Parts: sequence; C-alpha cells; structure tokens
Amino acid sequence: MQEEILNLVIAGHVDHGKSTIIGRLLADTNTLPEGKLEAVRENCRRTARPFEYAFLLDALKEEQAQGITIDAARTFFKTDLRKYMIIDAPGHIEFLKNMVTGASSAEAALLVIDAAEGVRENSRRHGFMLSFLGIRQICVLVNKMDMVDYRQPVFDAIVAEYRAFLKQLDVEAVGFIPVSGREGDNIVARSARMDWYDGPIVLDQLDAFTPEARPENKPLRMPVQDVYKFTAHGDTRRIVAGRIETGRLRVGEEVVFYPSGKKSTIQSIASMSGETDQREAGSGWSVGFTLSEQIYVRRGEIATHTTCPRPHTASRLRASLFWLGREALQKGKKYLFKLGTARVEMEVERFIRIIDASTLEARALDQVERNDVAECILKLDQLTAFDLAADVPETGRFVIVDNFEISGGGMVLDVVEDRQAAISARAQERNTRWQTAISDEERAERYNQKPCLVLISSQSNNDLRKTAAKSLERKLFSEGKFTYYIGMANILYGLSADLARNGEEVHAEHFRRLAEVANLMLDAGVILVISARHISQRDMEILQADLIDRAADIITVWVGDEITSGLIPHLHIRAAEVDDAPERIKRYLQERGYIFRYRES
Amino acid sequence: MNYLDKLENKAIYIFREACSQFKSLGMLWSIGKDSTVLLWLARKAFFGHIPFPLVHIDTSYKLPEMITYRDRLAREYGLDMIVGQNVDALRDRQTFPDGNATRLQCCKALKTEALVNTINGTWPRRRMNHDTGQYEIDRSREPFTGVIVGLRADEEGSRSKERYFSARDNKSRWDVAEQPPEFWNQYKTDFAPGTHVRIHPILDWTELNIWEYIEREKIPTVSLYYNQGQGTRYRSLGCGPCTFPIQSQARGVSEVIAELQTGQLSNIAERSGRAQDKEDGGGLEDLRRGGYM
Ligand SMILES: Nc1nc2c(ncn2[C@@H]2O[C@H](COP(=O)(O)OP(=O)(O)O)[C@@H](O)[C@H]2O)c(=O)[nH]1
Repeated sequence: MQEEILNLVIAGHVDHGKSTIIGRLLADTNTLPEGKLEAVRENCRRTARPFEYAFLLDALKEEQAQGITIDAARTFFKTDLRKYMIIDAPGHIEFLKNMVTGASSAEAALLVIDAAEGVRENSRRHGFMLSFLGIRQICVLVNKMDMVDYRQPVFDAIVAEYRAFLKQLDVEAVGFIPVSGREGDNIVARSARMDWYDGPIVLDQLDAFTPEARPENKPLRMPVQDVYKFTAHGDTRRIVAGRIETGRLRVGEEVVFYPSGKKSTIQSIASMSGETDQREAGSGWSVGFTLSEQIYVRRGEIATHTTCPRPHTASRLRASLFWLGREALQKGKKYLFKLGTARVEMEVERFIRIIDASTLEARALDQVERNDVAECILKLDQLTAFDLAADVPETGRFVIVDNFEISGGGMVLDVVEDRQAAISARAQERNTRWQTAISDEERAERYNQKPCLVLISSQSNNDLRKTAAKSLERKLFSEGKFTYYIGMANILYGLSADLARNGEEVHAEHFRRLAEVANLMLDAGVILVISARHISQRDMEILQADLIDRAADIITVWVGDEITSGLIPHLHIRAAEVDDAPERIKRYLQERGYIFRYRES
Repeated sequence: MNYLDKLENKAIYIFREACSQFKSLGMLWSIGKDSTVLLWLARKAFFGHIPFPLVHIDTSYKLPEMITYRDRLAREYGLDMIVGQNVDALRDRQTFPDGNATRLQCCKALKTEALVNTINGTWPRRRMNHDTGQYEIDRSREPFTGVIVGLRADEEGSRSKERYFSARDNKSRWDVAEQPPEFWNQYKTDFAPGTHVRIHPILDWTELNIWEYIEREKIPTVSLYYNQGQGTRYRSLGCGPCTFPIQSQARGVSEVIAELQTGQLSNIAERSGRAQDKEDGGGLEDLRRGGYM
C-alpha cells in the first residue's frame, strides 16, 4: 500500500505566480514526464516566446489562448514523504466559483502574493474564502522576490500587512515564505540569495502540513441520504443510508432523528452481500443500517445519539454567507436552501451586514452582489435540523440554489426563535424525555388491551364514518374496553377555534393538534376512535410523523363504496355493510393484538 | 480510513445523491476498468442492487471479448442493460474502418452522436430481456436527466476540469468556462428542463487507484488488460481499429500495479493507445464539449 494523498490548493491574485510555482515544483521534484520540459522549451523557441514554467500546466487550448487558468485543474506530484494533489485555483475574479470549488476539497493552502505588486484585491478575497471554506492550514508565499532584489524589508512589510488582514478574520497563517518561482528560490532548494530567511522552504512546509483528521470525537451526525427498501431478489431489509459526518455509531445504540425526533435502535449495519459482522462505523463512512423498531424517517433528517447534544431544529436562522450568483441575492425572493441532505425553500428576511470580501468594508444594505459577503436572517419554509457552524461545521454549512445553480454558500451563526420552532422544540423535548410512573405494559395488563388509534373516514358528503365510529365506541365500551370517540369537528370547534377553517397550512395544523390529542389519549392506554372526512395519505403522514413512537398503531378504515381520497386503508367497508363495521373492526383489532382474545379481566 | 476508503466512500455518497435526486438516471458502462469499478461501487452503494439501467454505446467495433464480458455480467448481476448505437452511420459505412471517415469523425458519429441520442431518447434503445438473454427494442424513450460516467480527472487534460455533477445543455454541450461551483459536498442536482447532468463518482481516482481497488476488492476484469504471453497488454480499451496494446509483461492485477508504481509508464499517457486523441491536438476536448464522455 502507498502513502496518503494530501489535497493542496494554491491561490492568489492573478499573475502573482501560482502556475509558475507549480511548474517549478513539478520540474524540480522530477515529477514531469521525461522530455516534457524540453518539449515546452523547444516549443517556445519555435514560437519566439520566452519560456515560462507556467506553460507546463497549460494542457488545454483555450488556457494558452487566454493566458489565464480558468478552472481548478488538478496536478499530482510527490515528495519523499507523500503524494500531493495540487489544485490550481484561478486568480481571476471572474472565476471565483472555480477557486471555491478547488479550494473546498483542500486540506491545506498556499497563498501566493507578488512581492513587487504587494497585497491585491484577490489576495485578500482568496484569504477570506479559504478561511470561510474552513481551511485552517494556510501558508503565504511572497513570490517574485527576484524582482525586489531579494530584500527583506519588502518581505517584512507584506507579512505585516497580510498578517493584520488575516487577524481580522481570526486566522493565523502557518508561515510566510519568500520565494521566486521563476528562479527557483526556496521552492525545492534553499536559496543562497536570502540568507536572512531561515524558516522552512516550500517543500518542507508541504510535508509539515497535516492531513485533515476526521472528527470522530464529536457528537454523532449522520444526515439521512435515503431510506432504501429494495424488493428485488427477496431482499426485505429497510435500510437507512447516509454518510457519518462526525462521531461514530454502533449496533445496539439508540439513535434519534431530527427534525422528527423519532427514536429507534440500530439493529445491524448493512452491506452489499446482506450479512455483515460489522458492528460500528466512524466519520467519513457512507453506511446503511437497519433499525429494530420500524419508524418513518425521511431524507434530510439528521441522525444522532439520544445521549449526545442534539442539533437545532428551526426555520429561522442568522447566517454568514458569500454570494457567487449571476444575479444578486435579494430579499423576499424564493431560493433553495441545501444543508446536509435537507433541501427546503427559503428567503432572505433581512440583511444585517454586507461587506466587500477584499476590503472587509461595509456596503449599503440593499442587495448582495456577486462576490459579496453578507450576514443575514434566513427564513426556511420548513423546520430543518442543523448545527451552528461553530459547534459542528460539517452540519452547520449550507448552499443556496438560484435558478438551478449553486449560487452561494454560508454558515449558520445562530438560531432565531420563531413560533413553529418553539412548538416543535417543545414537542421534541417531550418526545424524547416524557415518561410517566406507569409503564405501557402495566396499563395494558390493567385494561386488557393495547392502545391504538382507529381512524374512520368517508367522503365529505355523508355521515357513514360517524355512524360507524359511534357504534364501534358503543360496542367496545359494552364489552368492557377502555375507549373514547372524538369527531374531527370536536377538534375544529374547540381546540382549533383559533385557526381559520381553510388553507393547506391550517389543515396541517389541525392534524398536528389532532395528533397531540391522540398522543395523550394513547398514552393513557385508550383505544381511541376518531372520525374525519376525506383523510388522504398526506394527512396520514402528518399523523405518523407526530404520533410519538406509535405510527404503527394507527388503523385506518374507509366507509363507503369508493375511496376518493387516495387513502390506502387497513379496512374498506362498503356503504351497505356499515352495520357490520363495529364487528369487523373489532375482529381486526383482535388479529392485530390490540384486544386480547383469551383473557378476561 | 486510508486513501482508498476515502475515495470509495465519497463515490458511494455521490451515487446515493444521484439516485435520490435524479428520477431518470442511467449509468454509462463502457466495459473498461473504470466503468467496471463504477459498477462495483454502485452495488456497494445500493447494498447489492443497482436501481437504474446501465447504458452501453455499441460502436460495433469493440473488441469481441468486451461484449461477451458485458452480457455475462449483465446476466450474473441481473443488470438492466440498455444498448444504443448509430445504426445509420454503420449501415451507410460512414466509419473510419470503412475508409469513409477520419478517426475523429468516426468517434463523433459512433460514440458522441450515439450517446447524445440515446440519452435524450431520440434514437431507439435496445434492452436486455433477462428471460431470453436477447436484446429487444425498448418501448421507453424517456430521456435520462442524470447520467453516471466513470471518467477520471487524471486521464487527460480536459477531464481534469470536470465537476462531480457536471451540467450539459439541451444539446448535450458542455460549457467548460461557466460551470457552477461545487463545495461542501453539495452538488448540482437542480437542472432546467431539457438539460441533463453528468455525474462522475470516481473523478478523483488515479489509474493506480483503480488497479489498487480492483486488487483489494477482487473485481473481475477482462483479460485484455493483461499480457497473455505476447508481451503486450491493453491499458485503455476502446474500438479494435483505434486501440493498440502497450509493451508490458504484466500478467495480472498485482503486476499491473507494480508496473504503474515503478513509474515506467509515467511518460506515456494512459490513453496513448487510443488513436483518436492524437489527431488535431485537442481532439478529445472538442469531442467532449460536443457531448462525448
Ligand atoms: N520575475 C519573476 N516573475 C515571475 C515569478 N513567478 C512568476 N512570474 C511571472 O509572472 C507572470 C504570471 O505568472 P503565473 O505563474 O502565470 O501567474 P498565475 O496567474 O498566478 O498562475 C508570468 O509572466 C511569470 O513569468 C518570479 O518568481 N519572478
């Protein structure tokens, strides 16, 4: 097996000498294919152009034509210690998005500043972006020292100026090295022309960078990428898949998913062949696991341990972001917000600060132009789970999509309270902590039944559901069961009196409240009968999502000849059979084990 | 995690992103070593299943062993196999082997055009019927909106500028200069109607990584990659008339790895045995901007 590869990005203002330095590194470490250097020299002679080390990189036609690096091209080279992938980040402002792309996968960065020209706009902008992207190991190369006669004061002045700039970003460079790419000073060999400098040369600095350590000692965070249920070849596994961003997970551990707050236990870690004896996995691994209790979780949720600090769930947040979009970022416009595997609509509610990343000076608060940086309040249209970037950067960063394209990136600074989040936070609190002194088993024994929710529905324009529900309640009661009937109308006129009668959101809120009532009743051990008109599969999802640990204890019954809502009920009872409904439902409850058949109390 | 683990897990992540975000997804399978590694990774990502069809562009000039290998694996793994072809160009003999086209024109017709028109569903596709083992005209002409491709940045210059999720316009063209950024594991999964996205799960793998992974996972490969006694082997596989073997003694995977590690091939481009790359300097990049993989 061979050594690790370290990903290195090289950035800086255009023409400050990045390509030349890479060319030097390749040539002086003998990484170039044999004859390549000669061929490029020869080509220059023929075309009467002065030879440039940078030409070694110009593999592409248009690159030579325009004379600028247009993308983050990758080059490989090797020292005695390890291999490197150098990502050449373009220095032209037009290509900042390529610089970001290249830099985001890097573990360390070289930032090149021209000694003669000094610190320029993109020297600062790139420094800013590197720190924003989360790259902590930054080494500054003060290049073209040959043009300033290798004088130390020039170097010192640039170091002082740039260090002060980085300090404003709360970043400290790992070092500053005076070099000349063209002459090869301090790149691979120590220069005799700058005896005033005794720090590491570029090659030493590269080997001194440390590969990024995977954050395993942080709380578990695994954004759910997908839930698979492959039916082919008799595979019955239901697999929750995702990549562990931080922390570790093990078979047998209890996990909780946010924003839903649902809990279950990891039963096994899945693999290609089905059987596996793998018991645990750590950050960086793309895994899949099965759960011992069936719960319904979705892509976009974040899995964590019940025992570790939980992520936030909110729909308003304060964030710091950079913008690369063709069109300016505007208040009130709809965008897509992607964090981990979550993807929700968002809008900017308020700009707090807009700054020019190259000067760190504030600008007018109207809109965020391409290449600007801003602090703002974002409003998401759904509750989303995330961390503050300061706590867990892996799940505290997001991107914004405008017109099908990733147009900006940012990090979460803080949660901004809102009503929805407050409700949900409280719901989850209870969700994971609420316990009474009496266990479910004790209640089941006392009442000789297990709690469940019988949801009876029919078309809006008839009363079949109510007839069936009331007679079911009567039958169960007369047989000594602990039961209670609620019509949806009871909820509408009482508990939901403050809500309007119509609208999609209001409808969802009715169901959420219904679920809360059901939670209490089921917890008390009741067989709860609810009638509601025209229940759809979507309504069921809301109920399932909000019924704590009891999504499987809902029994749906449709009364009427035709199912008009798309619901897939457990029992379908025709209009003519409505009188049989109580008996059929009772038998079904016995089959499912909610009513015990053989024991009398 | 060692570097192969890192590459593997990133690729799996990309596969799963693609699968969850693109409703009409297909994976190009050229039968070479890269796309075979891709197939393996897909089976890992989806726990032994491949929840999308594989698409093979048949130029009719592929080395015969490759086709046999393709159909054998398709049956063994139960792959949903789709084949596309430029039937007209082959019928009219507008090809390089027929002497009626340059290598590049031939590539453009048999690969680029066939690929573009198979992806967008303009031309008929043939699909393997697993009951009979035969290919039949597929009734579905639904365009693919996501196409997974096994290309690698280190293969040649223009590929080093790709993104993991790389947009193609409604004519399958690639705008190299105007690519959106890609960072923090967020990819381009939103796209305008009529366009599609090429997805590259092994973009950051090197040729050596591919072989090391083949060795580690014991992935079956075609024997064309090995010296069968004549002192030559193929390093990159394509059409018979335009693909030439290199001098090599390597008889198996570990010997190929040893050969790559000595650096004796580092002066020779991986695709040096692929003749179309050499015509007209940047031939391959022009092909690729037009839709070639
Ligand atoms: N005198 C001098 N010129 C240099 C040096 N490094 C680069 N240059 C020149 O600066 C120009 C831009 O260099 P290049 O590497 O293309 O810059 P990039 O845009 O940062 O990649 C070229 O003309 C180089 O020859 C150096 O160390 N000394």
